[in-house]
Amino acid sequence: MIYLDNAATSWPKPKEVLHAMTDFMEYSGGNPGRSGHRLSISAARIVFNTRELVTELFHVSDPQKVIFTANVTQALNLALGGLLKPGDRVVTTSLEHNSVMRPLRALEMEGLRLTVVQCGADGRLDLESLRAAVTQGTRMVVVTHASNVIGTILPIQEIATIAHQAGALLLVDSAQTAGVIPIDQPALGIDLLAFTGHKGLCGPTGTGGLVIGERVDIANFEPLIRGGTGSRSEFEQQPEMLPDKFESGTPNSVGIAGLGAGIRWVLSRGIAEIGAHENKVKEALIAGLLNIPGVIVYGPKPSEMTAVVSCRVKNMRVSDVGLQLDDNHGILCRVGLHCAPAAHKTIGTFPEGTIRLAPGIFTSLDDISVVVKALEKISVDHD
Amino acid sequence: MTEYGIILFHNTTSAMQAEALLMRASLTVKLIPTPRELSSDCGISLRFDLTLKETVNKLLESAHVNIAGLHSLTGK
Repeated sequence: MIYLDNAATSWPKPKEVLHAMTDFMEYSGGNPGRSGHRLSISAARIVFNTRELVTELFHVSDPQKVIFTANVTQALNLALGGLLKPGDRVVTTSLEHNSVMRPLRALEMEGLRLTVVQCGADGRLDLESLRAAVTQGTRMVVVTHASNVIGTILPIQEIATIAHQAGALLLVDSAQTAGVIPIDQPALGIDLLAFTGHKGLCGPTGTGGLVIGERVDIANFEPLIRGGTGSRSEFEQQPEMLPDKFESGTPNSVGIAGLGAGIRWVLSRGIAEIGAHENKVKEALIAGLLNIPGVIVYGPKPSEMTAVVSCRVKNMRVSDVGLQLDDNHGILCRVGLHCAPAAHKTIGTFPEGTIRLAPGIFTSLDDISVVVKALEKISVDHD
Repeated sequence: MTEYGIILFHNTTSAMQAEALLMRASLTVKLIPTPRELSSDCGISLRFDLTLKETVNKLLESAHVNIAGLHSLTGK
């Protein structure tokens, strides 16, 4: 079996992640921050340790500004729903996933003024078009760090400069990049960094978070949900302190334990090294696909993208290709729209979608040869 | 009888931050349920030997750990 669906969730996970989670359940199963006994404290230490690892990963200093969420979608919803008000002007791109687009479209119904900057068919964002859209007084610029459909990497630092010149905050969706591309949040000028735990960071599903930067006004940032935090228990109002304000309810401690092990694994392996490996297999994959006459490859130059490769077999339904890859070749990938209709309209593959091949750190060059041969066979057999 | 210092916190994250900081400095500290006579926002507090008070204070200040108070308590 060859797993090429790492853009949906990475698999397999490092053994350390599995062990951290079973250890947590066996030895630290208390409720973190709720009680004062050893199992509760042990759980709280593990959650805090992961918080510190997130600060190390993104080069930020304050673990209290790391807010854990159930996934990157919840983190994006928190940033958008918590900070934006009717009448605010927001700029985003036509490359966005529905985790950004749907909350923005819902806020638009309530009076948000939304501009979607059109990207090129290769996903590239023209900075002049962005500059024209981000007028003075724009409240927020929201961009993906890299497309979940064609891998195109957006120039975050340049986007941050444009956003900040207009007085806007920059929210970045790092679902496809955290753990694969180094992210220095302050140096890049990211005010709000939403991340997922279960893709490049090698953690389990049900983990993610939002890292809040210095320029964000916490007093005017509303939580998505309110409830017990284990702190200020005598008051019936939500506390203002972080991370408590945004972390009501018992957290996914066992998941956070696994996420900590995943981040530790990524940091010890080295993000640059992981990125280099993924680039190597991605380049081999693209080169192989380009050699098949019956296959169309989408996306920018390999050097401008992550290891997320979209393609189509000419005159074949993507779902049929996906089924054949799985049934006849043991190759697992995702076909269709990948929850990003705007991105598919941008690259010209709406509504059919694409076959998305997303190798990961455990994909080998041998795997890529098998995949290329399989697609070649499927394409030739169909002809 | 030992004289203990008790650090109170606003939240668990600060308590964890303080514990990690002081343990990395090889100080003996212990997280305990907040003594009820010391009202606090947070259910756990950090107990240490009061003779370490100055070192503890310095470390917490230099790392900007947010605390809700520092008290002394006599215990067994």
